[in-house]
Amino acid sequence: MSAVLQTRNLMKRFGGFVATNDVSLSVEQGARHALIGPNGAGKTTLINLLTGALKPTSGRVILQGEDITDLPPHQRVRRGLARTFQVNQLFPEFTPLEAVVLAINEREQLGASAWKPLVRYPQVVDEAAALLERFGLSDVMGERTSRLPYGKQRLLEMALAFAAKPRVLLLDEPAAGVPEEERHEVLAIVRALPSDVTVVLIEHDMDLVFSFADRISVLVSGALFTEGTVAEIAADPRVKAIYLGEDA
Amino acid sequence: MLTILFDGIAYGMLLFIIAVGLAITLGLMNFINLAHGAFAMAGGYITVVLMNRYGVSFYLCLPIAFLAMAVVGVVLERTLYRRLYSASHLDQVLFSVGLVFMSVAAVQYFMGGQQQLIHLPPELSGRTEIFGIGVGRYRLFITIVCAVLVVALQLALTKTRFGSQLRAAVDDGRVARGLGINVSTVFALTFAAGSGLAGLGGAMGAEILGLDPNFPLKFMVYFLIVVTVGGTSTITGPFLAALLLGIADVAGKYYVPEIGAFVIYAVMVIMLVLRPHGLFAREGGR
Amino acid sequence: MTVIGETTAAVSSTGPEHVAATQLRRRNAWRAYEIVLWLVAIALIFMLPSKALLLTEIAILALFAVSLDLVLGYAGIVSLGHGAFFGLGAYVAGLFAMHFFPEPVTGLLVAGLVSGLLGFVTSFLVLRGSDLTRLMTTLGIALMLAELANQMAWLTGGADGLSGFTVGPILGLFEFDLWGRTGYIYSLVVLFLATWAARRIVNSPFGLSLKAVQGNRVRAAMVGVPAKSRIVVIYTIAAVYAGFAGALLTQTTSFVSPDVLAFHRSADVLLVLVLGGVGYLYGGIIGAIIFTLLRDWFSVITPQYWMFWIGLVLVIIVMVGRENITRWHTFLPAPIQRALARAANWRPGPKIGGGQ
Repeated sequence: MSAVLQTRNLMKRFGGFVATNDVSLSVEQGARHALIGPNGAGKTTLINLLTGALKPTSGRVILQGEDITDLPPHQRVRRGLARTFQVNQLFPEFTPLEAVVLAINEREQLGASAWKPLVRYPQVVDEAAALLERFGLSDVMGERTSRLPYGKQRLLEMALAFAAKPRVLLLDEPAAGVPEEERHEVLAIVRALPSDVTVVLIEHDMDLVFSFADRISVLVSGALFTEGTVAEIAADPRVKAIYLGEDA
Repeated sequence: MLTILFDGIAYGMLLFIIAVGLAITLGLMNFINLAHGAFAMAGGYITVVLMNRYGVSFYLCLPIAFLAMAVVGVVLERTLYRRLYSASHLDQVLFSVGLVFMSVAAVQYFMGGQQQLIHLPPELSGRTEIFGIGVGRYRLFITIVCAVLVVALQLALTKTRFGSQLRAAVDDGRVARGLGINVSTVFALTFAAGSGLAGLGGAMGAEILGLDPNFPLKFMVYFLIVVTVGGTSTITGPFLAALLLGIADVAGKYYVPEIGAFVIYAVMVIMLVLRPHGLFAREGGR
Repeated sequence: MTVIGETTAAVSSTGPEHVAATQLRRRNAWRAYEIVLWLVAIALIFMLPSKALLLTEIAILALFAVSLDLVLGYAGIVSLGHGAFFGLGAYVAGLFAMHFFPEPVTGLLVAGLVSGLLGFVTSFLVLRGSDLTRLMTTLGIALMLAELANQMAWLTGGADGLSGFTVGPILGLFEFDLWGRTGYIYSLVVLFLATWAARRIVNSPFGLSLKAVQGNRVRAAMVGVPAKSRIVVIYTIAAVYAGFAGALLTQTTSFVSPDVLAFHRSADVLLVLVLGGVGYLYGGIIGAIIFTLLRDWFSVITPQYWMFWIGLVLVIIVMVGRENITRWHTFLPAPIQRALARAANWRPGPKIGGGQ
């Protein structure tokens, strides 16, 4: 097994505040790697550094052996690093079908083709349909995204990220805010993600983390606090203290 | 040479007095008000009508222009403008361009399309020698009045309670609201002051800038340059920008009349591309 | 595109890929109102020959507004200087006819090319910054061009305008006539071809990505859309279109007035587009019809003060809300709305998918 995504001494300062402090992380190929930590631990900042939404103050980000620290977000996507957002970041006016077609087009470098209508790319249409089906969206593919139930929107988030055929998929709290009755559908789809895709999961929900992940990194105050297998982390009294200290 | 410099300063001061209200509209409410020049034009026409038809003294006309436009400003703000603060920039542009068109046509209808002239009081016409430089008395008058206003504005912004509320609101409207500042009232008053100053500037500028129905269109870019180049975070930024613009414009028209305006626009575009947040903006400011 | 009361087709017998294909096909199907619009435009050649000049004006303005829609509705750039490309096209067409070759189609293409070049170069200036800086940049470019045209009187005729050139027959075959009939047909053909091409462009993967950038720029980047290069392309295409429109004006009037670069052109075309609705191409055409008829009507009442009424219309539109104006039909009684919905969804050929 080799590392597919690595960070080396990653630092991010906002003025005097250190949001990410010397994080060196290594995610193995095919892993289900969870990133946990109390509120304000810098999980979202770290994600933004990985995807290129933020530029690090210092340190490097390496994807499949290539240094991507200076690449803009869309080029990182093309190299196989996709993410979902904690709060839905969708195209409210699009239908799920249009959104997924868009993502596939861009992956296939068709986005600059300006002449043939969308329907004249049959492979894209078929793949989009298959993808929508896998993510439980076939029956709503023609609805406007803004009118979809929240759980469906979360699924579309994942479908969009997945359409990029990522090597590494960053899931930022995939079940956050989803009502109880839609929750099982979202979780089932997260669990069914194919094993060749490496998944980095950022999550608050410990049940989900412990049932899904095979490796866990704990972030505290922007720095890597500890890392280990699920069993190791579950048994670590310090981690328990951090969480109990926060939850109490 | 120095005379041109001085003319440029007087011109720039006028631009600043007219445009400062625009800076606040933009900085405080993020509202693109292309109709700001219409307030200045109205101030100018008020002066022309009062002086030429009713024989009111020039010195009296200036405060009247200020007050009249302040009242018009607050009425428009309360009735129309405030509804568009959260609207898209496109809507703001359409709305204020609409106001400009209406004001241009209305003035044309009531006053005719010709240039308006005012007869300055005798003590303000002609030239005076200061340190061997020939200086137009009227320009000297403008410079002094504007300089006093700039100092007064700066003091009002930094030393008064209202000023600190205003600055807080410009810096971050949401935080200011959280602190219990009534941003809406602060803004209405500021808008009134800004419109009044535009009216005053228009009244004083009738002689120098010229006054005809196309005034708001002709000077729209100039006011916008003052604000975008100067930035909206300080008062000194727009002030310096206005002075630079005034000097550049006067000098340009004097030395290279063929390309004067072209150079101004070109410099503006280059500036906007290189420093989209303004020449004097703090790094990372808005 | 706003489609009245469209419902999702429920197709139970076929798989999701068929549903998907059907829905995508439906996106770019020709709607009834489009077909009616073009048929009426053609019929008017014969029905209103005396109004050919007015109709030509509408067609040219429509093309200009379609061009602005590409910038505003598809690239999301609020431009106050779109007249720059129109004016440049107008001057290039005039100068080309005067000094090189009087055939209008060639002149049209050259004018589009030159305007497109300016669009390409200046597109890089509008990629950065806020709405305000873009607005100032576009306005600044237009003012520079107007100033240039005014100062280079030896080339452009300065304030007197450019005249004294003749426009030859179209493709060497069709002479322009005094009543403007040829001019109208020519403008209509150009407008149709341009709209048809624009329709293909906005319904292509490229057009979809533009809409995505507008809808959510952050997310568009995260599915891999390079927003900047897409905006450069559409801005350039829009500039070509505006150049075409300017060239048409020159060729149908045999005159270039310095007015083609005036500020009010850029402001008027914004109003035109807003009247018809932004972001679905036909807004520009419908807006041009409304605008020209309104102007004709107001001009009869108060010829000199037409500007006041434009201004009032602008203020009212904003106050009422643009979306309410383009959704006027939602205020109609329900039966009429349903009938309109059927009409709008109707299209020739076999029924695809379910329908109502």
